[in-house]
Amino acid sequence: MSAGADSAGRAPAAGRTLLAAPAAPLSAWTVAAVAIAAVLAVPIVAVLSSLLAPAGEVWRHLWRTQLAELVLNTVLLLAGVGAGTLIVGTGLAWLVVNHRFPGRAALEWALILPLAVPAYVVGFAFLGLLEYSGPVQTGLRAWLGPWARLPELRSYGGVTLMMTLVFYPYVYLLARAAFRAQGAATLETARSLGRSRLGAFLTITLPMARPSLAAGASLAMMEALADFGTVSTFGYRTLTEAVYRVWYGMFDRVAAAQLASVLLLFAFVLLLLERASRGRARFTQGHRPGREVTPVALVGWRAAAATVTCGAVLGMAFLLPVGQLAVWAFITAREGRVAPGFGALLGHTLWLASAASLCACAAALVLSYAGRLRPSRAVRFAGQLAAMGYAVPGAVIAVGVLMPLAWLDHGVAPLLEHLSGRPVGLALTGSAAGLVFAYLVRFLAVSVQTVEASLARIPGSFDDAARSLGAGAGRALRRIHLPLMRGGLLTALILAFVETMKEMPATLLLRPFGINTLAVEVWERTSEAMWQEAAVPALAIVLAGLLPVVLAIRWSGKDR
Amino acid sequence: MRIRTIVQVTALCAAALATGLAEAAEVVVYSARSHYGQEPAIDAFTRKTGIQVKSFGGNSSELYERLRAEGERTPADVLITVDAGNLWNAARAGLLSKVDSPELQASIPAHLRDPDGRWFALTMRARTIMYNTRKVKPEELSTYEALADPKWKGRICLRTSGYVYSQSLLATMIKRQGEAPVETMVRGWVANHPILINGDTKILEAIAAGQCDVGLINTYYLGRILAKDPAFPVAPFWANQQTTGTHVNISGAGVTAHAKNRAQAVKLIEFLASPEAQQMFADGNFEYPANPQASLNPVIAKWGKFKQDDTNVASAGEFQAAATRLADRAGYK
Repeated sequence: MSAGADSAGRAPAAGRTLLAAPAAPLSAWTVAAVAIAAVLAVPIVAVLSSLLAPAGEVWRHLWRTQLAELVLNTVLLLAGVGAGTLIVGTGLAWLVVNHRFPGRAALEWALILPLAVPAYVVGFAFLGLLEYSGPVQTGLRAWLGPWARLPELRSYGGVTLMMTLVFYPYVYLLARAAFRAQGAATLETARSLGRSRLGAFLTITLPMARPSLAAGASLAMMEALADFGTVSTFGYRTLTEAVYRVWYGMFDRVAAAQLASVLLLFAFVLLLLERASRGRARFTQGHRPGREVTPVALVGWRAAAATVTCGAVLGMAFLLPVGQLAVWAFITAREGRVAPGFGALLGHTLWLASAASLCACAAALVLSYAGRLRPSRAVRFAGQLAAMGYAVPGAVIAVGVLMPLAWLDHGVAPLLEHLSGRPVGLALTGSAAGLVFAYLVRFLAVSVQTVEASLARIPGSFDDAARSLGAGAGRALRRIHLPLMRGGLLTALILAFVETMKEMPATLLLRPFGINTLAVEVWERTSEAMWQEAAVPALAIVLAGLLPVVLAIRWSGKDR
Repeated sequence: MRIRTIVQVTALCAAALATGLAEAAEVVVYSARSHYGQEPAIDAFTRKTGIQVKSFGGNSSELYERLRAEGERTPADVLITVDAGNLWNAARAGLLSKVDSPELQASIPAHLRDPDGRWFALTMRARTIMYNTRKVKPEELSTYEALADPKWKGRICLRTSGYVYSQSLLATMIKRQGEAPVETMVRGWVANHPILINGDTKILEAIAAGQCDVGLINTYYLGRILAKDPAFPVAPFWANQQTTGTHVNISGAGVTAHAKNRAQAVKLIEFLASPEAQQMFADGNFEYPANPQASLNPVIAKWGKFKQDDTNVASAGEFQAAATRLADRAGYK
């Protein structure tokens, strides 16, 4: 996820009323944008429509026995992850922005690295390392005696710790940007009026940064809500895990859809929280911040403590799990146990991710350009609707995609059979097209943000000049905007590509027959607790994930 | 630009659709045994009869969903799946058709096939008590119900109740004894604070490491480990030998209701049930062959004979919903 960019659907300030074309009733671009948004909203509508179905036996059983527990578990998880990421992310950001200590420069960007590793990968790496029969505890028992034990990792505490370690970079990035943007003036005023350094931080810096912190925390909570792999491996029952369990374990798709609706409610609340906090962020730090805060040089034990804290977080969140994966990968490679189909796996993953990212960029381009040409309410709303998918868990999207596809299939199949003259399996359900569509719904926001930001950097006068020379909107896009947006488009492509590669819940439910991705392979191995066999595909995902992280690091470096 | 774009988009759509269309083949198999690896038994069938077999893998739930969604248009001729409950569900959903084959009726014991002839076991696996040989003596163990005794507090490792084999165990017991005694047993298990681990192999490792002393596990997992490490300190104990017999489950096959190559499909299943093919199954995955005439893999033959619970395994599916609800009521997570 790119941090700090404007939310979707905002038109650039382009001063173009002079040469704007007379308002035609309906431009093709507007129609296209609204159509795209409408199609992408279908899965969510489909899930909500399941609420109209009568409550079946499975639902009633869930209601009586598990639903309260599932909701409570989900709420507790969100609260824990929110609090954890806030504390860790904010603390680290404050340390890194306002102080100087050995290794600060390298640690500042290294702390973003955990974004490259999906949560379910960190989860099983830690489990393999720290569980009772794992190497650490076995060694501990050999050293200290058979009574030596670590607390059980497969618990609420364990899951929350994992997710905090994986998702704190969302808060860290936004907090860091917020702290940087705050000038020295307010802080020094507070100090001169008698506040201590810590006091000034708590009463001035934090409240001013609150919108960014809230945005970062809600992003982390959205990821925690959507997570299926980690909670399943740790045996922690949340709503997302129940959707999958009810669909596949109890064979009840309607009940799964109804559970998904409850999930949607959570997602919606988090989305509102995130939108509201980002909106306010523009106003609190609108004017120029002036001189930057002078960082405090730490010495002695304080400096050591700072370095160790940052190093410890980095170690736990990135170095340790990736190291464990590397060790396992090496073992499996040496023993020749790398799955024979790995090449095919990689190929399918890359192919699907390419298709999804290309479609996402194309759709993002249409939406952004339509917003630029004719910044009407309809297009803005279309943009926001289309981008809502990132708040919706993959499992919910999968349920929502399958329903209309199955309906379409039964409509289309007789025609296909008539044309081909032989029995036809399912054409859309469980096809690559259906899966790519689900990816699109989920990750369009990522592309839209980047493409829009890139488009906004092009002055409106270029459009006017092109128009006055006789070029239509499409031609102007092709000859002027696209070449200028190359960097932004590439970034949008890479971001969508990597997010798709990491995606697991929706892929698990929608994949075409006989086709697996790296993420699903990791899941299948870890669901049978075969940690070592999962290491090679997991490493491949991490390596791919490093791409956008490196990009994010370079962007955040440009803020200086 | 217009024409070219339209052509390109149409080509993309066609390509996307094409992934959903099946090719014509002699026999199409949907197999949930795919994660056990390549099946030499199926290759042997092709060598013997010359009939090509096209196999699609996936987990049981996916295959079930897929077959149901495809309906009459399914290209599948044979469904091979694991766990009797899944077979029962498939039959109940109308996905499997009746096969009248005296050969199959003779090869496969009655309690391991559908009473209505819609599916037949290919392999059998027992889910029994496994214990740490260094810390537990076999005399201390007797039945599944006895694990509810307080002396096992904190010493049991189990899979979660959501795991299909856990459900099948409870389901067959419910069929035999009714819900009340089974619920008492599960409540007793829960009161002993079992450690819930999400992998049978992981449970075996936990038992060996000493995290728990006993667990309920499918026999082939231990077989796999013992084949690599004969000194592994865990052994199976055949539960309920004096009472109902040890719970067994199956992987099995059936002909789909809308099979296009019915005769070849029946031939395939008959071949897979023959002693020759049964041998290959047994050797490949350390399972028990369903056909009693086939011989056992030496690793599992060491465990000796045991009395099976001869309740028809279809009960695993019939009482699965009841088992799930019972587990939820008893607090077995």
